[in-house]
Amino acid sequence: MKTRISFSSVVWLFVGAVYFFVPLIATLLFSLKTGPNYSYSLSAWSQVIHDQEFWKTVKLSAILALESIVLSLGLLVPTAYWVHLKLPRVRTYVEFVTILPFVVPPIILTVGLLQLFNNDLHAPVWYLGQPYTFLVSAYVVLAFPYVYRSLDAGFRAIDVHTLTEAAQSLGASWRTTFFRVIIPNVRQAALSGAFLTLAIVMGEFTIASLALFNTFPVYINQVNQEQPYEAASLSLLSFLITWAAMAGLLLVGRPPRSGRRRFLIVPARQTR
Amino acid sequence: MPFFAYSFFFLILPSAVVLIGAFQDDKGGFTTKNISEVIHTPQYRHAFRTSIEISLLTAFLGGVLGLLMAYAAVKRGTPRWIRPTLSTFSGVAANFAGVPLAFAFIATLGTLGIVTKYMRDHFGFNPYEHGFSLFTFTGVSIVYLYFQIPLMILVIMPALDGLRAEWREASSNLGGTAYHYWRHVGIPVLAPSILGGMVLLFGNSFSAYATAYSLTGGAINLVPLVIGQNIGADVLSNPHLSQALALGMIVVIAFSMTVYALLQRRASRWVKR
Repeated sequence: MKTRISFSSVVWLFVGAVYFFVPLIATLLFSLKTGPNYSYSLSAWSQVIHDQEFWKTVKLSAILALESIVLSLGLLVPTAYWVHLKLPRVRTYVEFVTILPFVVPPIILTVGLLQLFNNDLHAPVWYLGQPYTFLVSAYVVLAFPYVYRSLDAGFRAIDVHTLTEAAQSLGASWRTTFFRVIIPNVRQAALSGAFLTLAIVMGEFTIASLALFNTFPVYINQVNQEQPYEAASLSLLSFLITWAAMAGLLLVGRPPRSGRRRFLIVPARQTR
Repeated sequence: MPFFAYSFFFLILPSAVVLIGAFQDDKGGFTTKNISEVIHTPQYRHAFRTSIEISLLTAFLGGVLGLLMAYAAVKRGTPRWIRPTLSTFSGVAANFAGVPLAFAFIATLGTLGIVTKYMRDHFGFNPYEHGFSLFTFTGVSIVYLYFQIPLMILVIMPALDGLRAEWREASSNLGGTAYHYWRHVGIPVLAPSILGGMVLLFGNSFSAYATAYSLTGGAINLVPLVIGQNIGADVLSNPHLSQALALGMIVVIAFSMTVYALLQRRASRWVKR
């Protein structure tokens, strides 16, 4: 029996599509209306491309994203592995901590970090005065919920105990087990977490602007004040970055759901 | 474990500093003065009221619209490709917030926005002459819905998948109409998920800073913006006052997250494991 799409479905999906696409199309048109008498031209785009500040801030945000990805995976992959292998009792605490950033939003984290490290501890300038240290330390925290949840799903889908025991009974050290057996099996989940972190860091405004660092979103906001056409093209570029991160997320695939996927063992090919 | 050490320094300790600082005076002694100042200053009370109103409104509207769109996508008869497409677009839109989102709406519905101009030139209707402005409560709500609706779609889709076709068949075999099905089966089963989704949306909009800031330049009186202004005016302002405001925010968000967790537990009863 074949049912046809209902009228109300068409209406609601249409409303959704209009609401989603109209602002994007309008922003594109707006960024192009830079010619004389509102004719179309690419001058706003070329101005953006030739702006040193644009490349500088995008580069800064990209470096911060990369740093945050490395640091958050470095912290959370071993933690998630350990929790799944040895300490299921600790799981509640780890989950609580990784969900905390939802209760303590960026604006409050900023208040706390500035009060703690600036007013109370008088932290050294190499930490407070630099985006590479201060901002990254906060961004890793913002990424916790996303990275941990995707890693957790990845670890649920594999049989951590069997994999570990198999590796160890074949004489592998902890290092070999972790890097050659466990990591390849949760690679998908780790990549998902990485792409989410990328999207978060490339768009984060609150902490960067209050701590006075000139990242990409802060730069867009600045341009916004004086050059509306350039700001429109920058907004679209920022949207494209989000798209790229989400496309990456889809490409690596969602972490397999437990039970549905086959038992995954990537043979440790290089084991000599 | 390095994870716990890291969280302690960069998450737990800063949060604790805020919570404790809310009850401290300049010399570090205990006081409830900051809290009472927040409660008794009209500007701060108004900020909390506006924040809560905007969050309630966008959580409710976003919840209803998100539910309708998600249901339209999973309903029988809708082409198969719609569902994954909708969730992909929702994933993107839910992550598209802050400065670029604010600007996209300025280019659309701002005083010189494309849609504003189109309405003015082709229909002779300028919304700005009829009391509309993008930079007020209404405007901020419209912009917030851009990330609220997709979030609801993402949250509610799994719950809609949990509605089993057998239930509908059982209901119609017993002579029930669509009304009976929704009244006695559909809505009761979905209710915790719908409410839970709305509570999540509430927290989402309550803690948002960047979008409202770059849209209105701080002209709208919301709690996160007030806190931001206090940090900006660092030298003169009393840091403990921002901390008291932050404490108020944490209380509201923690309350809504607790309600969310309880509703989620209740909702999972019908989800096949």
